[in-house]
Amino acid sequence: MHDKTLTQLAASLKSGEFSSRELTAHYLQKIEKTDGKLNSFITVTGEQALDQAEAADKARAGGGDTGILTGIPLALKDIFCTRDVKTSCGSKMLDNFIAPYNATVVEKLSAAGTISLGKTNMDEFAMGSSNENSHFGPVKNPWDLKAVPGGSSGGSAAAVAAGLVPAAMGTDTGGSIRQPAAFCGITGLKPTYGRVSRYGMIAYASSLDQAGPMARSAEDCAHLMNVIAGHDVRDSTSVARGVPDYTETLNAPLSGLKIGLPKEYFGDGLAPEVEKAVRDAVKMYESLGATVREVSLPHTHYAIPAYYVIAPAEASSNLSRFDGVRFGHRCKEPIDLMDLYKRSRAEGFGEEVKRRILIGTHTLSEGFFDAYYTKAQKVRRLIRQDFLDAFEEVDVLMGPAAPTPAFDLGAKKDPVSMYLQDIYTIAVNLAGIPGISVPAGFAGGRPIGLQILGTHFAEAQLLNVAHQYQQATDWHLQLPAIAEENA
Amino acid sequence: MQWETVIGLEVHVQLATRSKIFSGASTAFGAEPNTQACAVDLGLPGTLPVLNEQAVAMAVQFGLAVHSDIAEVSVFDRKNYFYADLPKGYQTSQMYHPIVGPGEVEITLDDDTTKRIRIHHAHLEEDAGKSLHEDFLGMTGIDLNRAGTPLLEIVSEPDMRSAKEAVAYLKAIHAIVTYLGISDGNMAEGSMRCDVNVSVRPKGQEAFGTRAEIKNVNSFRFVERAIAFEVERQIELIEDGGTVVQETRLFDPERDETRSMRTKEEANDYRYFPCPDLLPVVLDEAYLDHLRSQLPELPADKRERFQSELGLSAYDASVLSASREMAEFFEEVHHVCGDAKQAANWVQGELSGALNRENLSITNSPISARQLGELLSRVMDDTINGKAAKQVFQALWNGQGENADEIIETKGLKQVTDTGAIEAMIDQVIAESPAQVAQYRDAEPDKRGKMIGYFVGQVMKASRGTANPQQVNGVLKAKLDALL
Amino acid sequence: MALEESHVRRAAHLARLAVSDDQATGFVDDLSRILDMVDQLQSIDTEGVSPLAHPLDATQRLRADEVTETNQRDTFQRCAPAVENGLYLVPRVVE
Repeated sequence: MHDKTLTQLAASLKSGEFSSRELTAHYLQKIEKTDGKLNSFITVTGEQALDQAEAADKARAGGGDTGILTGIPLALKDIFCTRDVKTSCGSKMLDNFIAPYNATVVEKLSAAGTISLGKTNMDEFAMGSSNENSHFGPVKNPWDLKAVPGGSSGGSAAAVAAGLVPAAMGTDTGGSIRQPAAFCGITGLKPTYGRVSRYGMIAYASSLDQAGPMARSAEDCAHLMNVIAGHDVRDSTSVARGVPDYTETLNAPLSGLKIGLPKEYFGDGLAPEVEKAVRDAVKMYESLGATVREVSLPHTHYAIPAYYVIAPAEASSNLSRFDGVRFGHRCKEPIDLMDLYKRSRAEGFGEEVKRRILIGTHTLSEGFFDAYYTKAQKVRRLIRQDFLDAFEEVDVLMGPAAPTPAFDLGAKKDPVSMYLQDIYTIAVNLAGIPGISVPAGFAGGRPIGLQILGTHFAEAQLLNVAHQYQQATDWHLQLPAIAEENA
Repeated sequence: MQWETVIGLEVHVQLATRSKIFSGASTAFGAEPNTQACAVDLGLPGTLPVLNEQAVAMAVQFGLAVHSDIAEVSVFDRKNYFYADLPKGYQTSQMYHPIVGPGEVEITLDDDTTKRIRIHHAHLEEDAGKSLHEDFLGMTGIDLNRAGTPLLEIVSEPDMRSAKEAVAYLKAIHAIVTYLGISDGNMAEGSMRCDVNVSVRPKGQEAFGTRAEIKNVNSFRFVERAIAFEVERQIELIEDGGTVVQETRLFDPERDETRSMRTKEEANDYRYFPCPDLLPVVLDEAYLDHLRSQLPELPADKRERFQSELGLSAYDASVLSASREMAEFFEEVHHVCGDAKQAANWVQGELSGALNRENLSITNSPISARQLGELLSRVMDDTINGKAAKQVFQALWNGQGENADEIIETKGLKQVTDTGAIEAMIDQVIAESPAQVAQYRDAEPDKRGKMIGYFVGQVMKASRGTANPQQVNGVLKAKLDALL
Repeated sequence: MALEESHVRRAAHLARLAVSDDQATGFVDDLSRILDMVDQLQSIDTEGVSPLAHPLDATQRLRADEVTETNQRDTFQRCAPAVENGLYLVPRVVE
């Protein structure tokens, strides 16, 4: 069962080949046997999952209008608030936090009849590119246990890649869906900013955060997008705009598709084997009828500097609510309120989170605000304009999702070298456009991701373009050896 | 040396929305602690703000009322600081692009002169919760019911030159917000709170002195006292060779003084930046026109109209337009009875006196404006005389009847104007008062005027107050003089 | 713009983070390298460019003024570290 895509599983549930309870039990068993090696889950909600599965089976048996995803097990990045279930955000700060409400995404998935197997591991507060910043320990890459799975949605990516769950929800602030999807050989979509509600998703950087699906195929992602996309009255930044049926256009032919290759995405620092895989993929597209040309995104190299002003600034403010007063970690025996704040936060937050809070606090403070924050916001506009200009000329942009395949655990000790991992993904969040990472080959046994970018609200097109590639290749269907253990 | 006082006010007005500025929790006052603090108000992880349209409309109405430029685009910023009753670690406010731009308010001083006070701007923000310092085993308790209540912070220019002007300004703001119905203006419940910036400078000097900000001065009286104390403190300080330091001070009404809040001043750096969870608020001309068309008549316009159209004195016009409730009551009385002066006299006299005696506000008056108006109609059409009117008023006040006519009827207070009936009563009184008639006859002619009072009293008594006094007077005089 | 330890200490205080001397030194190191990287921004000419706060040029939607929330104090306070009589407790605050 675990080698099937979500789309295939949905068909099997519909035909009655097996029940949701059987399917759910199968995945729970796989998690129990395998996840000790991967550490992809923080919390597994087995009992609840089985109850939900039985309810889904009943709903199906009763006929009526059950959605296509009824009875499909999923996993949620531990950044989404789930009622009565621990929601830690990968942090000691929230190790004791049982969320009193569901995120909108969680509500929608539940209403669609899906089953939650549990909450996946992540970099603390979504700050990281390797999943090594989790209070609950690092996640291992299912393709190579010495390698990182990427981050911050590393648990979701690893769980899907290892066949522990058919699909999972992630979030992407600077590449946190696309880069781990690339590292783990799965398909991950970061939608347009505002396409999916952020309500109940613990904020890292509010103007950049966006939730999206991580699954085996673009088709799977399309099914999930049909459920999670749409306006939410509880999120002012969510967009009131019609949601298409993302599965409807998956099979549109690609003849005449204009692909742009940003020259800045193929320069220094790009591993040759990654470049080769990406260029091979582009050739495949040409064979499918697309035309290719080089374009320029001249401000690409300023994306990381701009991001490391804007994201930490927003984060420093967003994370102020974790003060040990109403929820979360509180230090023992505070002598006064100041002591309570300072020690609770020092004990509750990990190093990377503190670093970003300090950077954000510093750059927003008097005397530095204009030089850093205002400047970064101006550069942000230039970066967005680069993309808008490019999309005047081409339909989609293609390039690598990350400069290298997954690196080894512990390989990047210096924060700045870690930040540079996100060189190809981060500008996308600053511009608010959608991007998808699809498996496009391997190097040394580790997967390589092709990143496809579209203009605002071009998710249907990205899924179509990715799906056509997946009809012509089978990179996305390959499974790591660990997925076959205990099968 | 002659000193001049310079005062600017920051007035926080709680807007009378049903729900909070960014959440659907109730704003009702006085609920059990934390029962009206929802997930958004508590700043629970993942929660997000959505702006209340009524808060925006109310801010705009205020702006229109003070002739401000309304910002086509306004932006919410975060003011970052930690405090026990500030749940998110920041207050959502408007630092750089407030919704209400520069405007002005006209104030009326005791000598009936007016002065314009400029408004620098007014912005929307969220209120914080409350810290309760009663003893919880040495702990402070936090109630977040108030957190997220919409506030309009109205910032004046430093245009006031005395405590009296400051109070007049605060009263003018109070009148405007209550006229607009955008706040209940209840200072005791904190619906309107005031920070006062005070400095002094030698008379004639152009540059401002260093100012002190006095926090939370929450009644008209306290504003006057806090300023008086602070001005004296600053002048004494300077005259003794010291200098005023820019600082925040707290007014202590019990000791009638201001004192420095030495705490938390040290490292304030609020790190304002645009709130990424909220988008720019864009208002178009059609929206502003719509709100403009719905503005009620405002206090200054009313006062002016009361004088020019209704012929009231400046004093009466000012008193009757001071609050929306008073003005509306008066106008209803006037509308029913048709005589502005009569209505003004009764509202300010009999009615206000009775309300004061029983410590009631005009909104709780046992007599409705319609009832009072009908009563006055009966005075004006001579159905009853003034004395009877007071009896009817008292009866209405005590709930002894639905309306004036009913009471006049049941109490038999209808004024007797039938000459025959009056003559009959007079004849009887004269017949029963031979001694008084004799005195009258024997008195010096210029003393007789006073003596007639006795007979009038007797006739009025006989008529149980219903006889028309002027008529009685005339007929009596004629009859008595005929006996001479 | 060179970062000094005093900057880190001030930021740590504003952000209410206890930082030991050792940690402060480490943060000065890390943050300096991050800010060096960030300083590349200064080389771009942004004359006439207005800041971009949100990626979409969207405007704020307004909510109808309706009370939609009910009392959930008990649920919300289940995750609180210290409460009494419905109040959140903190060490005594002196005003």
